[in-house]
Amino acid sequence: MSGQDSLLPPPTLALGPAGWLRQNLFSTWYNALLTIVLVAFLVPLVAVTLRWIVTEARWGVVTANLRLFLIGQYPFEEAWRIWLSLTMLSVLTGVSAGVYGGATVRTLATWLAAGQALLAALAAVSGLGPAVVLALVANAALVWVAFLAVRWRLRSVSHRLVGFAWLASIPISVILLQGIRGLPLPIVTSNLWGGLLLTFLLAIVGILLSFPFGVLLALGRRSSLPAVRFLSTAYIELIRGVPLVTILFMAAVMLPLFLPSNVRIDQVLRAMVGITLFSAAYVAENVRGGLQAIPLGQVEAAHAIGLNAFQTNRFIVLPQALRAVIPANVGLFISLLKDTTLVTIVGLLELLGIGRAVLAQPQWFGAQLEVYVFIAAVFFVLCYTMSQASYRLETALGVGTR
Amino acid sequence: MSDHLDHAGPAAGIIVCRDVHKWFGDLHVLRGIDMTVKAGEVVVIFGPSGSGKSTFIRTINRLEEHQRGEIFVDGIELTNDIRNIAAIRSEIGMVFQQFNLFPHLTALQNVTLGPIRVRKLRRDRAEQQGMDLLERVGIPEQAHKYPAQLSGGQQQRVAIARALAMQPKIMLFDEPTSALDPEMISEVLDVMRELAVSGMTMLCVTHEMGFARAVADRMVLFDEGLIVEEGPPSQIFEAPAQARTRQFLSQILH
Repeated sequence: MSGQDSLLPPPTLALGPAGWLRQNLFSTWYNALLTIVLVAFLVPLVAVTLRWIVTEARWGVVTANLRLFLIGQYPFEEAWRIWLSLTMLSVLTGVSAGVYGGATVRTLATWLAAGQALLAALAAVSGLGPAVVLALVANAALVWVAFLAVRWRLRSVSHRLVGFAWLASIPISVILLQGIRGLPLPIVTSNLWGGLLLTFLLAIVGILLSFPFGVLLALGRRSSLPAVRFLSTAYIELIRGVPLVTILFMAAVMLPLFLPSNVRIDQVLRAMVGITLFSAAYVAENVRGGLQAIPLGQVEAAHAIGLNAFQTNRFIVLPQALRAVIPANVGLFISLLKDTTLVTIVGLLELLGIGRAVLAQPQWFGAQLEVYVFIAAVFFVLCYTMSQASYRLETALGVGTR
Repeated sequence: MSDHLDHAGPAAGIIVCRDVHKWFGDLHVLRGIDMTVKAGEVVVIFGPSGSGKSTFIRTINRLEEHQRGEIFVDGIELTNDIRNIAAIRSEIGMVFQQFNLFPHLTALQNVTLGPIRVRKLRRDRAEQQGMDLLERVGIPEQAHKYPAQLSGGQQQRVAIARALAMQPKIMLFDEPTSALDPEMISEVLDVMRELAVSGMTMLCVTHEMGFARAVADRMVLFDEGLIVEEGPPSQIFEAPAQARTRQFLSQILH
C-alpha cells in the first residue's frame, strides 16, 4: 500500500442536465410536487409582471420627469457643474482602480461607468438633450480611459497623490455644485438640490464622515480615561435610543433655535449633520464588536515590542478590527443610503420626495406603481453595487481566513 | 528565605526584583519574589500551573503591574512613569505561549514593525535586518507568508525574530513550546539554545527539562507565588534541597 498506486484521484461527479434536474428538483416525490406547484405559481406571476412592464406601464412619467428625478430643481443651465463633478469622480475612480488594482475598486469603477451609461440612455430617450447624454457617456468612458491610462502608461502614480486628489475632490465638488462668491459661478442654494443628486450627496457625506467619527467613538468607549469613556457611551446610547426622524427634526427645526439668529445653517447641511451623527453611533457599536474580537495577546505583543497606545491601535488593533466588521458596516451604509429618503420629512426632495412631487401633478395621477418601481430600481442598483464591492473587499482582505 | 539578596542593589544585576507582590482581585498570586539576574545569565523558571511564574515574568516588562516591591531593569526602576515603561520595554524582548503574531502582517512585516515604528529605522534597513533575523531563526523563505500559512514552530520562530529585531538586552520566554505539536518543539528550542550561547540574558518559563539541563545557568521553582528553591541544574536535578522540588520533578519527569 505505498507509492503512486494507492493515490487515487477523487471520484468524478459529472451530472448531465437531466441528472441535475433529477437530483435538484425531482429527487423525491414531495420535491417533485413542490417544484410543480412553484412553477405553476411563478410562471403566471412573471408573465403578468413582464406584460405590465412592457405594455401597460406608463413609463412616460419617468422620462417626462427625468430631470427632476436626477437633479431636482437644480437649474438646468447650471447642470454642467453636476456632470463635471461626476467627471472628477469618474476619473478619480478610474485612476484608483488602475493604481490600487484591487477587485473592490474595479467593481466600483465598473458600476460607476455602467450606471452613467444607463443614465445616458435614459437621458437620451427622455429628451434631456445631446449635451447631457454626451456628458454622461463621456464620463462613463473616462472611467475606463483613466483606468487604462494608468495601467499602461503611468503605473508610477503615487498612492499618496491619489489619496490627496480624493481629499481635494470633496471641497472642489462642493464649491462647484454650490457656487462661490467671487467666481463666475452663480450660487445654487442647496434647497434647489434634489433627486438622485441629493440622495447621492447625503449618502456619500454620511458614509465618509460617520465612519471616522464612529471609529473614534468606539475607541473612546473603550478608553481607560473615565470621562472619555462616559461621554462616548452616553453619546452612543443616546443616539441609538432615538429614531433618525427625530434627529432630522431636531437638526432642521430645533437647531436654529439654539443658534444665534445671524448664524444660518443650510438645510441640506443640517440633514447631512443629522445623518452623520446618527450613523456614527451605529458605526461605533459595529467597530466595538470588532475591537472586542481582537485577542488581548495582540495588544500585549504590540506593547512588548514597544509600540505605544496610539501605535498599537493604529497598526495592530484597528486594521484587524475594521476588517472584521466590513460586512456589518456595509450593511449599515446600505441602510444609511435608504434612510436618506427620510429627509423628505424635513422638506428636502431627494429621490423619493421628488417621486411624490411628480405624482402630485394631475397628468400623472395613478402612476404610483411606475414611479415607485423606478425609484426602487435605482435604489437597488446603488445598494447592490455597495454589497458587491464589499464582497470583493472581504475577499481581498481575507475576512474569515486570517 | 530571601535573605541572600538583601545586599543586592540596582547595579548588582540587569534585572533586580525585591519583594514583588501581585494580587488578582483577592488572589495573592505573587507573595514576595526576590530575584536578581546577571547580564548573560539564562534562568529557567518552572513550577506547577497557577504558581505565578508567568505572572512574574510578565511584571518585568509591565504586561502585569506589580503592587508592592520594586523591579529594576538595567538600572531603570519600573514605575507608573510611562517613559520608564517604554525605556524598559525597549530593552526586553518577549515570546508568548500563543505566539501572538500579527495575523494581518507577513512574517517580515511582523519583524520590521517595531524597528520601523519605534526605532524609526529606515524601511530598507529594517527589512535587511529582518531578513537577517529570519535567516538566523532558519525561515528566510517564509518571509512573505502570513502567520496563518506557517506551522506553529515556524510562527514561534518568527515571534522570536520579531522580539530580537528590537535588539533587546533581555529575552523573556513565557512557555514558548507549550502550544506546539511535539515534532516542532525542538526547532524552537534549537533557536533558543543558539540565543543562550550567544550570551543573551534569558528568563524562560518552561517545562522542557532537557533544555533546562543543557542551557540554564540557574533553575527556579515557583509554587503558590513563592520561590521554593533555586540553584544550578545539577543541584536541582541531582540534589534538590526541598521535598517540594523532588515531588514536582518526579511528577513532570514521570
